Amino acid sequence: MVHNDKFMFPYEGAWSDGREKLLCLDTGSWRVTRPVLDKEKCNYCSLCALYCPPQCLKDMGDHYAPDLDYCKGCGICARECPRGAISMMPEGEFADDSAKR
Amino acid sequence: MVITGNATAAYGAMLCRPDVATSYPITPMSEVAEQLSAFRANGLMETEMVEVEGENSAMNVVAGASMAGGRTFTATSSWGLSFMYDAVQHAAGFRAPIVMVIANREAPGILAVSGGQQDIISVRDAGWIQIIVEEGQEILDTIIMAYRLAEDYDIQLPVMVNYDGFYLSYMATAIEIPEQTDVDHFLATLKEQPKRQVLEPGVALGCGTHGIEKGFVELRYRQCVAMERAAAKLDEIDREFGELFGRSYGGQIEEYRIDDADIVVVASGGVAGTAKVAVDTKREQGIKVGLIKLRLFRPFPRQRLVEALNGKKAIGVIDRSVGFGWDCGPMAMELRALTPEIGIVPILSYIDGLANLDITIPHIERAIDEVQSAALGKSYQEVTWIPLEE
Repeated sequence: MVHNDKFMFPYEGAWSDGREKLLCLDTGSWRVTRPVLDKEKCNYCSLCALYCPPQCLKDMGDHYAPDLDYCKGCGICARECPRGAISMMPEGEFADDSAKR
Repeated sequence: MVITGNATAAYGAMLCRPDVATSYPITPMSEVAEQLSAFRANGLMETEMVEVEGENSAMNVVAGASMAGGRTFTATSSWGLSFMYDAVQHAAGFRAPIVMVIANREAPGILAVSGGQQDIISVRDAGWIQIIVEEGQEILDTIIMAYRLAEDYDIQLPVMVNYDGFYLSYMATAIEIPEQTDVDHFLATLKEQPKRQVLEPGVALGCGTHGIEKGFVELRYRQCVAMERAAAKLDEIDREFGELFGRSYGGQIEEYRIDDADIVVVASGGVAGTAKVAVDTKREQGIKVGLIKLRLFRPFPRQRLVEALNGKKAIGVIDRSVGFGWDCGPMAMELRALTPEIGIVPILSYIDGLANLDITIPHIERAIDEVQSAALGKSYQEVTWIPLEE
């Protein structure tokens, strides 16, 4: 029998920790295009955040910004934005800060 | 009180005060759902009854309510069990301590509105603890014990309490309904253990999810370890139940006239009662035969069986179901898996009681005679489909 200290989850049930273990899939690395917001057009309606499949759009108070660790670049936010405020830009254009990830 | 097995199951559930109960009616357990609704309508219990559109929803409702921290109850049979199969597996993966009664009935494949144990055999690898009972009082008492087992912090697994559909489900017998205060007291022990993790608003927790592959292995491993713990725990709970209520059932298995027996019959459910009569008759004729009533089917009561069967000369196993892909009954196959521990002895498989056919006293006496003959070294038939030979 494996000793308890080998277990990654602290619970006896089937629970895994959403903050540390569940979201550790590096889905951001799948991205080939990235959502870029034109703040002039955004009216902070939150539709992009509602539609985001991995729910990675963070509320910044007056707009939403993608968490690039998890954003897969699917483009649904850009497609659903009623004001066309989001454009999907090729990831290659951000080579410098991609390297940071 | 003289009530049917189904009504008894409903009383057992009511006494445990579930927070949420739901059930989609199906023959032969519909009366459980009707009784529970009546209890609720008459103000006898405060359980939230959820009306569902089918068994799959029923299992998902109780799984969700269980993950939210509630005590839950449901009931089904045969086709209903098949229709909820994905949710049945999910519930075990969620480690949701649901108690579900099943009035056993033939499973889909050949249409039969009749009794048999094929339904529980078809879910034996779903990850549920499976207990099979023999008679009415045992239904009620086992439901109470099942909550102690399911909600034990070290176990946290759903439990199926099985009784013979059509036979036990509809037969009315005298049942002693325990005092509510005694049941409350018996279940209060659960409050002394660490609180199990449940859904918490605002807390990012996954249930039955794992993130990465090793997490999957860990959850599966812990599910299996918890299942193994249930075997000895049932013995403990059964003893404690006996001290408080004056009735106990042997825990994982009931041993009947086993100690000095040369040969053993293994049976489960209502047939065990018939088998006891046959054992007594054969004892009078000088055959040293005993009976093992298999109460716990998952986890398989390996250790208890090995202790009870050690040194016995031959074993007969009565199955009310078939095992596809093995030329014997499912329980007989599992008994054969004990060979490394109990040694090579003849194990005779009997398939009987399919589709409501009676397993009669002469059927079992015939089996005992054949097992005795095999014990004396004579040749024997490994598998016998009794109804085809009558």
